[in-house]
Amino acid sequence: MTVEIVKPGLATTIQDAGRPGYYNVGIPLSGALDQYSFRCANLLVGNDENAAVIECTLLAPELLFNVAAIVAVTGADATPRVNGTTAPRNESFAVQAGDKVTFDFMRLGARAYVAVAGGIDVPVILGSRSTYGLGAFGGFQGRKLAVGDKLPIGKPSAAAKAGRQLPAELAMPLPKETELRVVPGLYFHRITEASADNFFADTWAVAPEADRIGYRYKQGRPLQWRDRKQPFGAGSDPSNIVDAGYPYGSIQVPGGVEPIILHRDAVSGGGYAMIGTIISADMDKIAQMQPNYKARFVRVDMDAALAARAEYKARLDRVRKALA
Amino acid sequence: MAAATARYSFGADEHVFVEFSEDMSLESFFKGMAITDALAKRKVPGVTEICPANASYLVRFDPDVIHPNEMMKLLQQLERDVGNAELEVATRIIEVPVYYDDPWTHETLMRFRERHQDPKATDLEYSARVNGYASVDAFIDAHAGSPWFVSMVGFVAGLPFLFQMVERAKQIETPKYLRPRTDTPKLTIGHGGCFGAIYSVRGAGGYQMYGITPAPIFDPAQKLPYFREFMCFFKPGDIVKYRKIDRAEYDRMNAQVEAGTYDLRIRPVSFSLKKFLADPAAYNRKLEETLYDR
Repeated sequence: MTVEIVKPGLATTIQDAGRPGYYNVGIPLSGALDQYSFRCANLLVGNDENAAVIECTLLAPELLFNVAAIVAVTGADATPRVNGTTAPRNESFAVQAGDKVTFDFMRLGARAYVAVAGGIDVPVILGSRSTYGLGAFGGFQGRKLAVGDKLPIGKPSAAAKAGRQLPAELAMPLPKETELRVVPGLYFHRITEASADNFFADTWAVAPEADRIGYRYKQGRPLQWRDRKQPFGAGSDPSNIVDAGYPYGSIQVPGGVEPIILHRDAVSGGGYAMIGTIISADMDKIAQMQPNYKARFVRVDMDAALAARAEYKARLDRVRKALA
Repeated sequence: MAAATARYSFGADEHVFVEFSEDMSLESFFKGMAITDALAKRKVPGVTEICPANASYLVRFDPDVIHPNEMMKLLQQLERDVGNAELEVATRIIEVPVYYDDPWTHETLMRFRERHQDPKATDLEYSARVNGYASVDAFIDAHAGSPWFVSMVGFVAGLPFLFQMVERAKQIETPKYLRPRTDTPKLTIGHGGCFGAIYSVRGAGGYQMYGITPAPIFDPAQKLPYFREFMCFFKPGDIVKYRKIDRAEYDRMNAQVEAGTYDLRIRPVSFSLKKFLADPAAYNRKLEETLYDR
């Protein structure tokens, strides 16, 4: 009852809904970076929507199924193939024991999710099966998947069947240019008004340093900090603060040069001023950005953030109804 | 009723961030501890993370369960409730053995010399000089001479930030590396700004490196006795006393760690901020007496 890794891909890990509750000791949430696509994948194969799946980044793995299974692939646009024959995206399909599943390159998006009916049955640690790489625990032996790893599969539910389809209008959008909505705050008052205006006016490109910990953006104008005598303990650079907790989605700008948005494997705190936070409804969009994809940061208030969150949840409810 | 004096800010729709002061101080830290403890005890539905830090704290919540405005109001109320209450905590004091000027951090600091302010000196030599110590030995004696407060745990799993328990004028202060290293040995004793740190895992880092401890502080397998409760050893509010050890003692302790028999010296202690601030040196001597059962 296993799936074997024939080729590991670029950064392939086991993830689920995540591991809340331990950020106070530096253990981050982890979990699928694009939670929407992750949940869609599970619902397509009749799993509990929080079951563990395979998260594939930019270059997907090659998988050998040692048992017959129902599979679904969501998220990034990488065509799956079963023994070389095209299989559908956003639709469950059957594989037989001995079948090899490969993927074409990712045309759009950065993360594909492979759900197997029954879920990937790695041990639950602190309430989650998600991989936390820096801490070297969770997922499969606390690390990215490697050649020869055999992933145990759980027992499929009675709802597992091939041919269940996600309506096209409910698939994750995969634009090359996107708007990320930001609630300014935290240490926003530390940058000049002109810098704040530039930050929201400029178009930013994803830098090569973009992973589960954080996404770095480049090509916008550097930020100017307001003059002050640095407080005791803060460090000498004007972008430094006395080390503080970092919210998920918070935007820090070390040296004022390249903004970094922390994602679900975030470092939990540090000494760089954060100028605002990406709204919860837009975090999945970041997960689907390849290096050089463009973003504009859009200033919104709390009401807009909550309205976007309600919309996100309503959309997920439509998925649940459509796939029930 | 005292007014809420801290600075409150939303981290979008899921976080409230509260800053007591821009600079580091034990008063700010204690206020954060008192409020986050009170919040944890209330078990507020929807609150998923409560993270005290040096002079601030962070709360994450589900805005579908508790509206952000309600969340912020509740935290402001807690600040008023805690007010100027006697800031006293029941905590523990822990002896952490340190092999200063060890070969592993030395090898690493030599490898990244071009990223340092003073490529011709070691991190210990540089830190001793900028803090006005006549020798590396005198600097090490100061580093190991007073206890340190764990004022935050994080960055990565189980990493403690430590604040030296002496008057501000006597506190060790050093810049971080000009550019961060891509490597730091696991269990390095480091220092940056006014904070000490013990690197819980191997990885990137920008703090000056002074030595290494044989005692693991993060272990997902929870092998040693002091990991019985949890895989991260340190908690905010812990008090640490370093003890200088030599190579022979380091090797002996390391063998015990390998064998799974190593344990730390830990004693329960209550800490009063008021009494400490009145006479830090005398208070620290008392803490040491508790640690060594004198």
